Amino acid sequence: MNPEVAIIGVGLHPFGRFAGLSGIDMGAIAIRRALADAGVEWRDIQFAVGGSYEVDNPDAVVALMGLTGIQFTDVYNGCATAASALALAAQTIRLGDHDLGLAVGMDKHLPGAFSADPRNYACPSWYGEMGHFITTKFFGMKINKYMTDHGISHETLARVAAKNYRNGVINPNAFRRKALSEEEILNSAMLNYPLTQYMFCSPDEGAAAVVLCKAEKAHLYTDTPIYLRASTVRTRRLGAFEVHSPWLPIEETVGATVDASRAAYELAGIGPEDVDVIQLQDTDAGSEVIHMAENGFCPDGEQEKLIAEGTTEIGGRLPINTDGGLIANGEPIGASGLRQIHEIVHQLRGTAGERQVPGNPRVGYTQLYGAPGTAGVSILSL
Amino acid sequence: MAQVPLAAGLFSWPSDDPRLLGSECSACAMVTFPSQDSCPRCALTEMVSKPLARRGRLWAWTTQNFPPPSPPYAGASGKDFKPFAVGYVELSGEVKVEARLMETDPAKLQNGMEMELVIVPLGKNTDGDDIVTFAFTAC
Ligand SMILES: [Zn+2]
Repeated sequence: MNPEVAIIGVGLHPFGRFAGLSGIDMGAIAIRRALADAGVEWRDIQFAVGGSYEVDNPDAVVALMGLTGIQFTDVYNGCATAASALALAAQTIRLGDHDLGLAVGMDKHLPGAFSADPRNYACPSWYGEMGHFITTKFFGMKINKYMTDHGISHETLARVAAKNYRNGVINPNAFRRKALSEEEILNSAMLNYPLTQYMFCSPDEGAAAVVLCKAEKAHLYTDTPIYLRASTVRTRRLGAFEVHSPWLPIEETVGATVDASRAAYELAGIGPEDVDVIQLQDTDAGSEVIHMAENGFCPDGEQEKLIAEGTTEIGGRLPINTDGGLIANGEPIGASGLRQIHEIVHQLRGTAGERQVPGNPRVGYTQLYGAPGTAGVSILSL
Repeated sequence: MAQVPLAAGLFSWPSDDPRLLGSECSACAMVTFPSQDSCPRCALTEMVSKPLARRGRLWAWTTQNFPPPSPPYAGASGKDFKPFAVGYVELSGEVKVEARLMETDPAKLQNGMEMELVIVPLGKNTDGDDIVTFAFTAC
């Protein structure tokens, strides 16, 4: 199928800690960088979609950009927020409502694990009072079971985290830019067995923006449009093992990531064997391991060998989280998925600098996953 | 001092034979915990109360080595926090229940091990009463 939507510009405000800058400020900076990258002006933009957890109204960014009166829709879907923003922006173009628009994500979180009222997640209050309403515990449980069922070692978790910190060192926009040895990672404080402190990403601050247009108009703006071949969002089905579940049924089925992934491959007419560069949700090192299989890049258990052989490194056959992923960049929820798109666009254009995947990658893949069992997948190509 | 359950309708208490209180769909036999008004499988609203089995097998587990944010966490926080283990226990043919585990040593926890329901102290409420909650212990 001919692509209908193209990405012509990407912009990022670095991820980290920025005293004195609000989420909206960072959003405006990311938008200006994306516009400059696309070679268009704010007044050319016909519509926008904004995603954030902390900022109630991302559309308030128009006060900093210019009051042009455009359609501006705000979305929130947990860790998959940016996938929803991107999917909605692409739909708006496919439907023919507008030809040129942008998706922007911004956030500014306090340090520490996310906290919220369980009742807002359709969980009873007692679930929080028992100490169960915490996402990191779910990730510990899921990878612990996966390791037992599929023969994954603690060393493999440390290798994944060490790779992502290493990739962060060569990414000037990353939050964590210091390499950590596998030993330091394994010996850091145990948070939720088997996951240690340095195997987790942390909440932080940042923003990212993407300029999209109707595919047939892309060459008006750029010689290297990156086509958005699919962008899907799925929620959990009965029997999936998902975060914030006080109980699970006896019957079991695959998670929301698998559903979003299969739908995206089908829409794009592209299979996992065609993908050259990959961004996966690495809330923790275990998630990256599991998501390799859930997104179709290997059978369950093969990660042990693939990771030991360096297959997921920048020079490997399946380069994953080449910009350091969430582990090195942290997670400003609204922006995280557009950071993934930013990296893939640079990789496909061949402008990723020191992080460039060799061999002229042509197809890129991104995946998000988070509470309460929501996943988003995008497939991009030259 | 009074012992009060963490929430009404969660488990039978006080009782010599405490049970978790779930619900079962009259139409498709789906079991939930805690009880709820609609069936997550068939979406009908014909749920009836169902006391759950006391024993099951551990299906997945981890440890909670740092204090969860308080509130909502009602147990001791700060330097009084004691790490705990948590897991899903599969009650055969009924449901998998997420619960605190009495064993906290990773070397002693194994998926498939047999476990039994116990009612244990969690913390104190604002009246100074002991809050009790459900947990599972190896048996
Ligand atoms: Zn039913």
